[in-house]
Amino acid sequence: MLRKITVIAVLLLSTAMMYACSKNEDEITPEEKKITFSIPANFPAPAYNFEDNKLTNAGFALGKKLFYEARLSADKSVSCGSCHQQFAAFTQLDHKVSHGVNNCQGKRNTPPLVNLAWQKAFFWDGGVKNIETSPLNAITDACEMGTDIETIVAFLKSTAPYPDLFKQAFGSTEINSQLILKSITQFTAVLVSGNSKYDKVTRKEGGISFSAAELAGYNLFKEKCSSCHAEPFFTDFSYRSNGLDLVSTDEGRSHITGVSSDFGKFRVPTLRNIEYTSPYMHDGRFYSLDEVLEHYNSGVKSSANLDPQLKNGIPLSSTEKEQIKAFLKTLTDNEFIKNTLYSES
Amino acid sequence: MKLSQYLLALVCPIILLSSCKKSTEEVTPDAKSTFSIEFENQVNGSPLVLNTTTYKNAKGEDFKINIFKYYVSNIKLSKADGTTYLIPESYFLIDASKAESTNITLKDVPTGDYTKIEYTIGVDYARNFAGAQTGALDPINGMFWTWNSGYIFVKLEGTSPQSTDTGNKLTFHIGGVTDPNNTIRTFATEINSANPLRVRTDGKPNMHFIVNAAALFTGKTDISFASLNFTMGGANSVIVANNYTNGLFRLDHIHN
Repeated sequence: MLRKITVIAVLLLSTAMMYACSKNEDEITPEEKKITFSIPANFPAPAYNFEDNKLTNAGFALGKKLFYEARLSADKSVSCGSCHQQFAAFTQLDHKVSHGVNNCQGKRNTPPLVNLAWQKAFFWDGGVKNIETSPLNAITDACEMGTDIETIVAFLKSTAPYPDLFKQAFGSTEINSQLILKSITQFTAVLVSGNSKYDKVTRKEGGISFSAAELAGYNLFKEKCSSCHAEPFFTDFSYRSNGLDLVSTDEGRSHITGVSSDFGKFRVPTLRNIEYTSPYMHDGRFYSLDEVLEHYNSGVKSSANLDPQLKNGIPLSSTEKEQIKAFLKTLTDNEFIKNTLYSES
Repeated sequence: MKLSQYLLALVCPIILLSSCKKSTEEVTPDAKSTFSIEFENQVNGSPLVLNTTTYKNAKGEDFKINIFKYYVSNIKLSKADGTTYLIPESYFLIDASKAESTNITLKDVPTGDYTKIEYTIGVDYARNFAGAQTGALDPINGMFWTWNSGYIFVKLEGTSPQSTDTGNKLTFHIGGVTDPNNTIRTFATEINSANPLRVRTDGKPNMHFIVNAAALFTGKTDISFASLNFTMGGANSVIVANNYTNGLFRLDHIHN
């Protein structure tokens, strides 16, 4: 009898161990939508693939909460989401430059957070080389969040419900910079925008096609713009000077490389969702696409490191400008901008 | 019958246990043990005392040190027969203000007699651009440049009456991994074959290195604080790195 009980007990124990092995998968409740990182069919393989940072619902939820947590900043006024607003494709509407703690005005225009998993360098000057370490720059910049990681770790350790959320996301109440950064990345790397009209036309989805003006704009774009704003990200991720000023007041890329031929160069920005990412350029000097196109038509200055392709500007008639604008608006991805999964909850 | 049931019930959890742990446990026949390295921070033969003691650089200029921190990584041991052992995940931050950081322990090292040790002064190229790190490489340690990815390999801050910077400050943050301003340096030293590093299952040897902070300012180029008192990467950091490549560390003795 005793032996039989022992046998049953051991069997039960082994069943319990099987559960322990697969606990993580079982914890996700069936009715909750599983967070996934999906690669649009017209995109190449990403640079960041969550290999060392397993994407989970709890990790994503924690990352999102941290992204929208203003108490992380020095004066508790600014979160990542303050300058990266979803309705503006995660840039900051109507702000030439980012607006940080103590009403400090930053140096450069907030870049949109879109398709970051395909990006190998971050910020206008490409100084940061990994998506996971990118938030540190904004966290520590005196004119952005104005704090340090030590203060943030201490705050999260002593503030409910964070210890519980870290436990749900990573299996331990331990809170350190690595877990903070990995969870934020579970949020930011999932921000994929690949369902614009352009994408659907490219993928031949649902019989959608360009209007005559959009198609004319697309053809002009391929002829005049895509050597820098390459498809499907609408940037080739290179650093170039587009002749905004004869002498740039911001050294740009050379601040990182120390090479004078990089002076005044900035990363070619994506044009995805450009309808909503105004103002434009590294310093946010242009509020409308008309101003941007007119710059290329007539405003390019022969700066020292001007991109050779721009030495005569890009002459555009007013019809051509309208057609290019019509095409650029097909890069708007409303499913992305209005996806409640990414909204502050 | 009863016995086989019993056995089955017992074997079942063992199989499960082993399947749970499989990836982390590897049985190797080789014996492994531990050794330690002590880094004794000095300035030209005198003990390094932060904040208070005045030292002289090679130009005869007075200076004090407030912060002295450096990375030692990718420690590699060689035997007389030429075989080598790279200690995996060996990243250490030595901080003169934290006594416990100056004595590091290397575990799971194959036993044997080692006659050479080499390591990176700083952090290898790949880790400078890797994702979020922890331990010695945690950015919380104040050795990571957030705006231009990469680690500060050697950090020395202090003051000198000769410094033209505000408050007579000295700021030497040496780092950068891209040519022409790559500051990754490797230090290597032979170990006297009469008294090699004897890693044994019944013994835990200790290597004792002298670390001369003043080596940043002499060696190839004697630095005057009047002209160089601030560097955070770039060409001036290369000058400093070239100075300390051979002069920063000296193997003093080994306790076997």
